[in-house]
Amino acid sequence: MNNGAVVKLIDVHKVYRTGEMEVPAVRGVSLDIRRAEFVALMGASGSGKSTLMNILGCLDRPTSGRYFLDDADVSGLDRDRLADIRNRKIGFVFQNFNLLPRTSARENVELPLLYNVQRLTNAQLREKADRVLASVGLVGREDHHPSQLSGGQQQRVAIARALINDPEVVLADEPTGNLDSRTSIEIMGIFQQLNERGITIVMVTHEQDIASYAQRNVVMRDGIVLSDRVVTQRSAAEAELEKAARSTSEEDRGVGPH
Amino acid sequence: MRVGSTFNVAFRALRRNKLRSVLTALGIIIGVGAVIAMVGIGNGAKAQVEAQIASLGQNVILIFSGSTTSSGIRTGWGGAGTLKIEDAEAIRREVPGVAGVSEEVVSTTQVAAGNQNWFTRIYGESADYFDIRQWPLADGAPFTPQDVRSANKVCVIGRTTATQIYGNEDPVGQILRIKEVPFTITGVLTPKGLSPQGVDQDDIVIMPYTSAMKRVIGGTNLRNINVQIGDARQVEAAQQQIIALLRQRHNIRPGRDDDFTVRNQQEIAEAATATSRVMTLLLGAIAGVSLVVGGIGIMNIMLVSVTERTREIGVRMAVGAHGTDILTQFLIEAVTLSSVGGVIGIICGIGASRILSAYAHWPTLISLSSILIAFLFSAAVGVFFGFYPARQAARLDPIEALRYE
Repeated sequence: MNNGAVVKLIDVHKVYRTGEMEVPAVRGVSLDIRRAEFVALMGASGSGKSTLMNILGCLDRPTSGRYFLDDADVSGLDRDRLADIRNRKIGFVFQNFNLLPRTSARENVELPLLYNVQRLTNAQLREKADRVLASVGLVGREDHHPSQLSGGQQQRVAIARALINDPEVVLADEPTGNLDSRTSIEIMGIFQQLNERGITIVMVTHEQDIASYAQRNVVMRDGIVLSDRVVTQRSAAEAELEKAARSTSEEDRGVGPH
Repeated sequence: MRVGSTFNVAFRALRRNKLRSVLTALGIIIGVGAVIAMVGIGNGAKAQVEAQIASLGQNVILIFSGSTTSSGIRTGWGGAGTLKIEDAEAIRREVPGVAGVSEEVVSTTQVAAGNQNWFTRIYGESADYFDIRQWPLADGAPFTPQDVRSANKVCVIGRTTATQIYGNEDPVGQILRIKEVPFTITGVLTPKGLSPQGVDQDDIVIMPYTSAMKRVIGGTNLRNINVQIGDARQVEAAQQQIIALLRQRHNIRPGRDDDFTVRNQQEIAEAATATSRVMTLLLGAIAGVSLVVGGIGIMNIMLVSVTERTREIGVRMAVGAHGTDILTQFLIEAVTLSSVGGVIGIICGIGASRILSAYAHWPTLISLSSILIAFLFSAAVGVFFGFYPARQAARLDPIEALRYE
């Protein structure tokens, strides 16, 4: 069964009940995501990608079908066991960052550690959080509150929070949805770096150019996988950033392309 | 295992909302402070009454002459004139365990010395009276049993009377005219303050009861007899023996009512403290209401907080918090608010009662037990009113919570 897949979905269905009506949101999805893959999950709203994301994130259980995360069947676990799985194996990055307000970047990053089985001292928490914050380029911002940080910096704090417990997979739900295009590319740069370090990333997006930073695009429609293909013309964030920098400096000199 | 972290989480959350935390705790601070101060006032009043009762003397039995009805007019206690000097002597002689007996007659009259005069109470007593009432002299000496036997024209006076007549002069050895009879003042009593009924006990002239009967009041009837028993355990028995003795002496047949009334100090104390006990309860209950209101304030804020922090709860659950972690966090927040408020409230309550004592001259008494009860109650308020919001928070669905706007 194990072919290097860290995430393995077998014929997963999810049906919501609203009163008498049964609304199928996911209608039989089978999906393998190997270790160190960077997958973009795409689809219009109502395609079932959010529901699938919730199942992947162990926030929700499939109505039928099975879900193996890191070779363990998690489809039938109860609330508390799922919470433990989320804590140890999954890192979440949200569109609206979901940082705790009036709380320093460091304390935000420490948050998952507080729910860890392993108890750490405050000094250990701090040391670990500062190390991860440094790895996403936020040295010197550890004591800043979210309101004192730019959108891109807030999303970096959220990424650091997702990474703090060394998860099996990072799930990002429209991570660039609230960011301008340049900052979006920066965030994609971080994702690509993390991916090169061997971290598995699943990212929901509806933007084609953001999806092109991933290795593989899975498109959903009406609760099933419509297409699943490897990205051939993959964007590299570093190159894109250089290009953008060059064009702005040309604009400054008044010799822009237009 | 995770409780330590949860404390950490809860304290961080409280620190994040400092103003709200302080305002929420304020309800409890006021509630606990009010309870401490009110109960302190009530207990202080009770203690004062008890001290005044104790000033009546230890193990004292009071025998009052009965009332009588003449032409349809009832005289009240002491009016019947049924107690005689011989009754007092019989008690002194026949009742075991008696440490002292004082025959008492009472009147009010004008007294004068030099160009000053004053309207005061005249008490005729035996020489035992000062021991029975535990009322030492500040200056001079009491009259003696010999003075009583001879009905000498001597008296001791209370502090108020002394000040009114003699000002700053030393009254000992001076002559005080009572109904135009000159009495020599042998001593001045130590001040005793107000009685439980609010009468100034120092506004008094005390003389041998024989002198009072012969030279001031007239008559041979006693208003009452004060008896002191040596041993507290014998008071009940002595009281029964006194009743039996007096019934026999007054020829009262079985089945007929006594023509006198016997009270011991215990009964008087109970009657007097009952009022202040009720007052303490009442004050405490009123203050307790404000504590409950404070508790509801906590519940209110915690409920608002759960709604406002729905996203936060969602994030916590997403990163691995169990329902119980959320429940514990919110409970700890509520209990921390209420117990920290309780501690501050206790300090404020103690401060308030100190201020009342100092400026309004109300006696206050704060017992360790009332502090402990107030603290435990405030913590319990936190648990009770924090539980519902905490459970609401713990039951949230993480997906819904994360999506909440």
